[in-house]
Amino acid sequence: MSKNPTIGVLYSRVRVEEKWIFAALEQRGVDYDRLDDRKIHFDLCNPEPWLKYDAILERSISYARGLYALRTLNAWGIPTVNTATVSEACGDKIATSTALSKANVPQPCTLVAFTPESAQEAIETLGYPAVLKPVVGSWGRLLAKINDRDAAEAILEHKAVLGSYQHSIFYIQEFIEKPGRDIRVFVVGDRAVTAIYRKSPHWITNTSRGGVGEICPLTSELETLCREAARAVGGGVLAVDVIEHPERGYLVNEINHTLEFNTAQPTSGVDIAGMIVDYLIEVAKGKKGD
Amino acid sequence: MSTTTCPECMAEIELETGTELNEIIVCPDCGVDLEVISLNPPEVELAPMEEEDWGE
Repeated sequence: MSKNPTIGVLYSRVRVEEKWIFAALEQRGVDYDRLDDRKIHFDLCNPEPWLKYDAILERSISYARGLYALRTLNAWGIPTVNTATVSEACGDKIATSTALSKANVPQPCTLVAFTPESAQEAIETLGYPAVLKPVVGSWGRLLAKINDRDAAEAILEHKAVLGSYQHSIFYIQEFIEKPGRDIRVFVVGDRAVTAIYRKSPHWITNTSRGGVGEICPLTSELETLCREAARAVGGGVLAVDVIEHPERGYLVNEINHTLEFNTAQPTSGVDIAGMIVDYLIEVAKGKKGD
Repeated sequence: MSTTTCPECMAEIELETGTELNEIIVCPDCGVDLEVISLNPPEVELAPMEEEDWGE
């Protein structure tokens, strides 16, 4: 292994996070290639062009593109941040919930059903309101707060008729009365590095939907919970979203594997991009990751 | 000065220093998302529409 690893950064768009990551790589004098996921292709019989990379950072905006790229790269033995296994566990909400369940990490009550009828029954066991989420999706898209039976019937039918087959895999959660915020904790390797509140008067608190970031103290309870959550999905560079339940305390709601931190970095003052790059370099040198 | 034209509304757009290839910028006149596809000469096109599996 050379002292100065060769890095690839797979991306779809140069967002502010990618600009910060590129800058951090350049500040550290790292030799890296920018790999636009719209322009690359993989010859599955010839990994040769890719074998020069000591590690690849996956920043695709598309879950599917990122996942299949990671599967290919990992199959060829190329280390990635994060790995295909982690991407799979985080990008699919049922995979996340089952990983958390296996590791006994507290999470909201979650039910899965495969037909509108069984989904209706599942919702009734939770009571109203309940939340329906697409199994794959981000930025608060297509989340539905179901306030009564009429709404449940209508939304379930719409999803079954109008959606792709994935929308007929019904992921149902209890609705939690949050204190107008949730918490996003950034985990790099074995360390929770910073946290922010995402505040919004709306029940959806994603910053992409108007949630506002504010610094959140990283308590040891929060750190431990998020380390365990990150470990449950395979570890790496992750953003763990936590809900404060009025009685049950912290619950892990989801885990993001290609984290966005355009709000968190300026809010917290923590150089998240630099930490990601330092972790990536360690992976490239074979000191971290699989 | 590095200027180009919005393909949607034809407004003149100035690329700031430090603009990166493939960066998304917003047209100050019509508000459409644009992707920088060339820095020299400066060139932008309409940014891809959000897809179902986009996110983090």
